[in-house]
Amino acid sequence: MNVTEQPFSQSLEIPSTEESLKHPMEDYLRIERFPHIWCATCGLGTVLTAFITGLQKSELDPDKVSVVSGIGCTGRSAGYLRLDSFHSTHGRAVPFATGLALGNPELKVAVISGDGDLIAIGGNHFIHTARRNIDMTVICVNNFNYAMTGGQAGPTTPLTANASTAPYGCYEYPFNLPYLAESSGAVYVARWTALHIRRLANAICEALLKPGFSFIEVICPCSTLYARRNRLGSGLDLMKHYHDQAIIRHGADTSELQIDFQKEIIVGKFVDIEKPTFARKRDDYLSERLGKDYVPYKGP
Amino acid sequence: MKYWRVPLDIDTVQIPHGVVHIDIDLCKGCAFCEEYCPRDVLAMSDAFNRKGYHYPEVVKSGECVNCGLCEAICPEFAIFCTEGEPGPAAAWAVQPGEEAP
Repeated sequence: MNVTEQPFSQSLEIPSTEESLKHPMEDYLRIERFPHIWCATCGLGTVLTAFITGLQKSELDPDKVSVVSGIGCTGRSAGYLRLDSFHSTHGRAVPFATGLALGNPELKVAVISGDGDLIAIGGNHFIHTARRNIDMTVICVNNFNYAMTGGQAGPTTPLTANASTAPYGCYEYPFNLPYLAESSGAVYVARWTALHIRRLANAICEALLKPGFSFIEVICPCSTLYARRNRLGSGLDLMKHYHDQAIIRHGADTSELQIDFQKEIIVGKFVDIEKPTFARKRDDYLSERLGKDYVPYKGP
Repeated sequence: MKYWRVPLDIDTVQIPHGVVHIDIDLCKGCAFCEEYCPRDVLAMSDAFNRKGYHYPEVVKSGECVNCGLCEAICPEFAIFCTEGEPGPAAAWAVQPGEEAP
């Protein structure tokens, strides 16, 4: 029997958008992979939009931009971007990006990954890359738990927040990410929430154009695990919480940026300093020490 | 929306107008666009899309000023605006005899 397959939407007579128009960001997206796997009311898609907007604003050549991700919900970002992108192993997004940045100095490398990937398993890589001031942009999407594996407590889970491995509330002190980045040596440190779409896009543009290790923390709603386990409603309710509780304080002292459970979130641009990058420091120092014997690496 | 005070150069001002396009099959019904649209152009529909989510609908298309906020906040890349014909700002002015908002 020959059954012609009818699309589900046609059989129910659901209207769909006109075919001729395409989304303005479609050139930057692997649209054939959409809809993406992120939950309804998760803010990761908004962060990806902000990244593309920031990239467009920075007017960098997309062929010279590379995006690296680790594992986790946020780790999917690299796969959805139509750039030279790489989905690396757990925690190793930053070392992979280090290799890219040093191997091809023309390339602008961005890392988009989650708190569990960058700060937990990749914490050591993170601090040493910041210390060396390698030319890359790290966007750490903080949703306060390990969301892809079932909502376990991570290094950013606020005190007293419920997680699947902390059923009576988390009793570990969490990391203060801007403080960690600044004290490790980052030249640009900012924090925004998924609601601050325009400021976040501007910060991403600034960070991409900044030579050296730039770090942006993005607070992002996790509806399925963090919000559900803590009875905070949906992602939209978390967005409303950011609207009410986020305080913009540029240049704030990063040691005071601890996030307490459902308390105020201080956002803004905290650090923006000039410092020679790893590659420049290496070339300057070795040229001075070795003279003509030193041949600087110019790329492949 | 009406102006509380009518500017003197209102006849020369053109207000941009946007046309909202929604790909309802991509929508997951988060309602960010409906919540944060500054002109309340969108409302969540009673109907379902193919995945069973309520999707947004344009209910006040004349009010859209092409600010692009829905496009920027949509986590699903399901909504975007294109520029429409700008209209005269005078249409927003309080008419004689009408009560100011």
